[in-house]
Amino acid sequence: MMHMADALISPAVGGTMLATTAGVAAYSIKKLQNELDEKKIPLMGVMGAFVFAAQMINFSIPGTGSSGHLGGGMLLAILLGPYAGFLTMASILLIQALFFGDGGLLAFGCNVFNLGFYTCFIAYPFIYKWFTRKGITSKRIFAGSMASALVALQLGAFSVVLETLLSGKTELPFEKFVLLMQPIHLAIGIVEGLVTAAIITFVWRARPDILEKAANEEAFGNISMKKVLTALSIAVVVVGGLFSWFASANPDGLEWSIEKTAGTAELEAPDGIHETLSEIQSKTALLPDYDFKASENEKTAGQAENAWPAVNAGTSVSGIVGGALTLALAVFTGWVIMLIKRRKIKTTA
Amino acid sequence: MSHHKIEVRNLYFSYPDGHKAIKNMSFSIYHGESIGIIGANGAGKSTLLMLLMGVYFPDGGEVLVGDVRVTKKTLPMIRQRLGMVFQDPDDQLFMTTVYEDVAFGPRNYKLEEEDVERRVMQALEKVGIPHLKDRAPYKLSGGEKRSAAIASVLSMQPDVLIMDEPTSGLDPKSRRRVIDLLKSFEHTKIITSHDLDMVLETCKRIIVIKKGEIAADGTAVDILSNEDLLNSCGLELPLSLQKCPVCGTSKGKFGYIHEKIVVDKEAKKELRLTRE
Amino acid sequence: MSNMINSLSNMRLLDDLARKETFIHRIHPLIKLLTTVVYLTVVVSFERYEIIGLLPFIFYPILIFAFAELPVAPILKMILLIEPFIIGIGILNPLFDHSKVLFGGIAISKGWVTFLSILIKCSLTVTASILLIATTGMDRFAVALRMLKIPKIFVLQILLTYRYISVLIEEVSRMIRAYSLRAPGQKGLKWSAWGSFAGQILLRTFERAERVYQAMNLRGFTGEYYTGDIAKLSFKDLAYFAAWSLFFIIARIYNIPVLIGSLFTGVI
Ligand SMILES: Nc1ncnc2c1ncn2[C@@H]1O[C@H](COP(=O)(O)OP(=O)(O)OP(=O)(O)O)[C@@H](O)[C@H]1O
Ligand SMILES: [Mg+2]
Repeated sequence: MMHMADALISPAVGGTMLATTAGVAAYSIKKLQNELDEKKIPLMGVMGAFVFAAQMINFSIPGTGSSGHLGGGMLLAILLGPYAGFLTMASILLIQALFFGDGGLLAFGCNVFNLGFYTCFIAYPFIYKWFTRKGITSKRIFAGSMASALVALQLGAFSVVLETLLSGKTELPFEKFVLLMQPIHLAIGIVEGLVTAAIITFVWRARPDILEKAANEEAFGNISMKKVLTALSIAVVVVGGLFSWFASANPDGLEWSIEKTAGTAELEAPDGIHETLSEIQSKTALLPDYDFKASENEKTAGQAENAWPAVNAGTSVSGIVGGALTLALAVFTGWVIMLIKRRKIKTTA
Repeated sequence: MSHHKIEVRNLYFSYPDGHKAIKNMSFSIYHGESIGIIGANGAGKSTLLMLLMGVYFPDGGEVLVGDVRVTKKTLPMIRQRLGMVFQDPDDQLFMTTVYEDVAFGPRNYKLEEEDVERRVMQALEKVGIPHLKDRAPYKLSGGEKRSAAIASVLSMQPDVLIMDEPTSGLDPKSRRRVIDLLKSFEHTKIITSHDLDMVLETCKRIIVIKKGEIAADGTAVDILSNEDLLNSCGLELPLSLQKCPVCGTSKGKFGYIHEKIVVDKEAKKELRLTRE
Repeated sequence: MSNMINSLSNMRLLDDLARKETFIHRIHPLIKLLTTVVYLTVVVSFERYEIIGLLPFIFYPILIFAFAELPVAPILKMILLIEPFIIGIGILNPLFDHSKVLFGGIAISKGWVTFLSILIKCSLTVTASILLIATTGMDRFAVALRMLKIPKIFVLQILLTYRYISVLIEEVSRMIRAYSLRAPGQKGLKWSAWGSFAGQILLRTFERAERVYQAMNLRGFTGEYYTGDIAKLSFKDLAYFAAWSLFFIIARIYNIPVLIGSLFTGVI
């Protein structure tokens, strides 16, 4: 499953998702604390480490020459239950973001949601639980793991698409992006379903008590139909709302160009910069005149063009020169500090 | 000092799968004693320690610490008295630095941070690793890990130290360090091990367990030199009490007393090799 | 197998670096976290065609590298390692966007501009995250989390995961070594063996969790996690935060390279 990177999201999307995830996490912690099972904390900790390590065990996918590995979201949900599973996923992703730059701090909320929420709070209670509602057999484990992994990954992938598009950092048209992401994640989902089923089946054969415990403990297991319906309808309203907002922002239907979804708020800032820049330039009068003409032309060409202040020739020349100078200065500064530090170490040593 | 006494009365315990791990055990341990618990793999040593610590509760009989029976209710108080060092230090060193680990226990008893720090440093000094306090556990050698694990228990200032296989997996030097450390403790000590030489050195009294029952209980010297008893319990004489592999004499307190009086240098070297 | 050893040694390197004692290391962890977040937010807030304006932001990582005395090569390697993922997404831009723009008299595809912008942003953001942990370390990072009122239990759980990643990766690579000795020339595990292989490790993980729980419990753990005293913020910390934030915001509002460049080209 793909991790969202900081570079691909806008602060608004990142912030919203972070807040949402924090909400779900806070709720999960509360639920866990009500359970009053302090045993679960070391189990979550060590299980998180397990998933982290297991993600690195590659296996060859027969007939394809490629290799796959575990994602772990469904596994955590099934073995630890939705609340502990979600929190464990969050801690894995945090460590990955910090130590490997895999995902990122801003994208943390997005990633926990994409990988943890759909698995633990949608696929597990509504799909896996449904398949295993009449007791566990290896067939049911297989069907349940497969179906829930497929659904969770499809939802997660779609979520990635939405977050990316809402952020407006890339050019990808919605349609093409979806057509790219969903099939890829269908394949990933099948692999995830298979490995989840394999490992759960193994655990069930060797230590049935573990699965029984996880299943019985779970308040989610005997959740009432009414609650299920409420949760589902809320989800539908939220998703539907997002959709219609999307659609209205893009009257030409599926031709959702990023140009438009990028939002106008962000495009105003560069405008301001542009003007300030022009002012400074006119005050210092160091640049030839044609620069401003070009700039004016650009402004009439439409907002999207303005998003890139260096479009006009004049500023782009100074941009390149200034950029090079900036870089050189930065590297030089770093080098000088290191030099001074080395000296100090030498003299004190 | 009766409150340091540990008493085990007619103890029975079965695992959930029905395996009877402890059968009718009774013994008492007094203040300041050092006790070695030995027995073959699966004899029930670890299980017994878990029962003493109240990790498991017996199916029959009881464990008394001081005059208090080990039950769910009395656990917090009992666990302040008994400190247990686990067989695998990785299980015990669960925090990210040695300091945090050693501080974990005292902090749980809600001590002031100054007291916590004092206790941590005391414990680290006692085991000789104050310089490692900011190390991550994965950066410690096996022996250092063991010392850190012992420190994490010492910082709780227990009256009784309970250790499961404290020298397993250590190289000779680290093993020596741990043995010397154990000898330096004035605590009441309960040590399980397959390292009978270590037990001989650190414990005065020995309890032999065989298939969940006590096979023998007596002084270290008596039991560890009783070849028949040890053999019947799946054990062997400690190396230091075995016959000299070179000339067949028994080793005395100060090493083998060899029949041949060795003069030349070559043989002297050989003699040195055969000691320990 | 090799990726496992790699990840582990990277984590350990960062852990080691975090134990240095420089001025940057001594800044309060919360401040470093907040500074990083401001940095990330500002960098990410640039629109997708921006390139030149992003350049001043390289000052931040360079200064941190220099002041915190961090080795450049190994950290750069870690960052490059993550780059392919981004290239994977970013490379689609030139494919989908062929419209041209004039840049310094040369027509280039906007798709490539976007791609380059994403690449720069990614390098900066990934570097910032790694530098945060390389100058803070997991324990002090946990302190920052505590100060942000993240529940202690969750913080403890993160620390446990962090701690046991080392132990488990070692365990797993031992098992993989044993496996590959008996199955030479195989790339990855055989599919059919994966389930029982991972399952074995999982069962051991459960047993370990049980023992860890007992060890915690024997030392008085009852579901509450008590941390030591948390250091207070000093004036120096606040000044550090303010100075960087100011720089980030100025660099966000004004296109510094263009300013410098226009002064420069004008003078000449
Ligand atoms: N969790 C468990 N469930 C079922 N049986 C167990 C469990 N733990 C231990 N046993 C069994 O109980 C018996 C005693 O085990 P114990 O671990 O106490 O042995 P031990 O004397 O410590 O052995 P070793 O020297 O190998 O450490 C063994 O037969 C073992 O198989
Ligand atoms: Mg044992």
